[in-house]
Amino acid sequence: MKQNESEKNTSDGSLKKGMRVRPIKHGTVIDHITAGQALNVLKILGISGTTTAVVSVAMNVPSGVLGSKDIVKIEDRELKEEEVDRVSLIAPNATINIIRDFGVIAKHRVELPERLEGVMKCDNPNCISNTSEPVISKFTVNKKPVELRCIYCDHVISQGIAEHLI
Amino acid sequence: MLRHIISMKDFSSDEIDIILKKAKDFEQIARGKKSSLLSGKVLATLFYEPSTRTRLSFETAMKRLGGEVIDLGPVEKSSAAKGETLADTIRVIEKYADAIVLRHPREGAARMAAEFSNVPIINAGDGAGHHPTQTLLDLYTIMRESSLSNLRIAIVGDLKYGRTVHSLAYALSLYHASMILISPKQLQMPDVIKKDLKKQGASISETANIEDIMGDIDVLYVTRIQKERFPDTAEYQKVAGIYRVTEELLKKARENLIIMHPLPRVDEIDPAVDRTKYARYFEQSFYGVPVRMTLLAMAMEDHETK
Repeated sequence: MKQNESEKNTSDGSLKKGMRVRPIKHGTVIDHITAGQALNVLKILGISGTTTAVVSVAMNVPSGVLGSKDIVKIEDRELKEEEVDRVSLIAPNATINIIRDFGVIAKHRVELPERLEGVMKCDNPNCISNTSEPVISKFTVNKKPVELRCIYCDHVISQGIAEHLI
Repeated sequence: MLRHIISMKDFSSDEIDIILKKAKDFEQIARGKKSSLLSGKVLATLFYEPSTRTRLSFETAMKRLGGEVIDLGPVEKSSAAKGETLADTIRVIEKYADAIVLRHPREGAARMAAEFSNVPIINAGDGAGHHPTQTLLDLYTIMRESSLSNLRIAIVGDLKYGRTVHSLAYALSLYHASMILISPKQLQMPDVIKKDLKKQGASISETANIEDIMGDIDVLYVTRIQKERFPDTAEYQKVAGIYRVTEELLKKARENLIIMHPLPRVDEIDPAVDRTKYARYFEQSFYGVPVRMTLLAMAMEDHETK
């Protein structure tokens, strides 16, 4: 599907007129991010001041559905599924648009997985997953409210989820 | 099927009932009757934290069933002192033994060990986490010395760090017991655990005063305030010795009350109470043997048919 003029890499047309952020040729557009979470989304994706990807961020953009939202556009990088899972932790309504040659070739809503592996750090300092043992962190996920339970020590993370990202 | 024993949450209430029933059959062997049920089997005990009752009762259980025990010995003389990971130790020991009993200071250690083991892991305590074999012997003691139906139990002491208490409260919720939690404010049961218990349908109330409830309960379960779990000694000093069960306190007790304690005790139960009809903590300690016999038999028999 060729990305038409009215879409401009977003799904609800909020950038149609005036174009706060220009369309990208290749890459990923993450739309409908909970307002204020765009920088955490970048953190989850491992994008910092030292990475070379061209990134555009729009924050607190008026949105019909959410009131306001954030948008992140990452050029020349197509998000993998496990990265999408991570985004859902802090932006449960986000949609992912994979862009090739200005066209949206795949679009999906992020969804919390049943289980998260290697994404978060258990906040129990005495948990076996916080040692030099050869294990990755594993959590079972409760969706409403969002609660992550460490499968090793049973510790529950329900607040400040972004702070526990690895 | 390979069956690890990590947390009480791994057991259904039907399974618990089966274990308690089987344990009764093992009592005679626990008292000295000969058995060769586990002859030719080897149990490894890995205790990274001090233990007397748990370690010795597992050893007794295994030996009275005709099996052999190998022991890691003091941690400071083991490969752990050289920096070996627990995962590696488990991968080595599982080749020597038919089951492994593990106590470790880190929460989740037994769950992790199970990922690396092809023989059953029996959790004998993981930090402030779970201690399912203690819970099962507690339930067995209540079944033998009181009753698990319509039970009213007060749990006293360190409800924050005490791992036995969390597992016990969870298991008691399966029996619809009415639980009264008694602790100083600093040592109250963590909210996340209370929330879990309530989700489970548990009946819980909290108080700081032990005297008020003495006349209403069938079981008084006393725990030690564990100095080793306090990050700060000053905090420990504030609450040490705050509850003490004495003959005076027991004047208010019901006729059929029983007093339990996972031991070791420090000063939370006056030694004079040992002579009263209420004391059951030494029986409780003995019941650890038939209960652990049951678990060892189940683990190794199950393992044979995997």
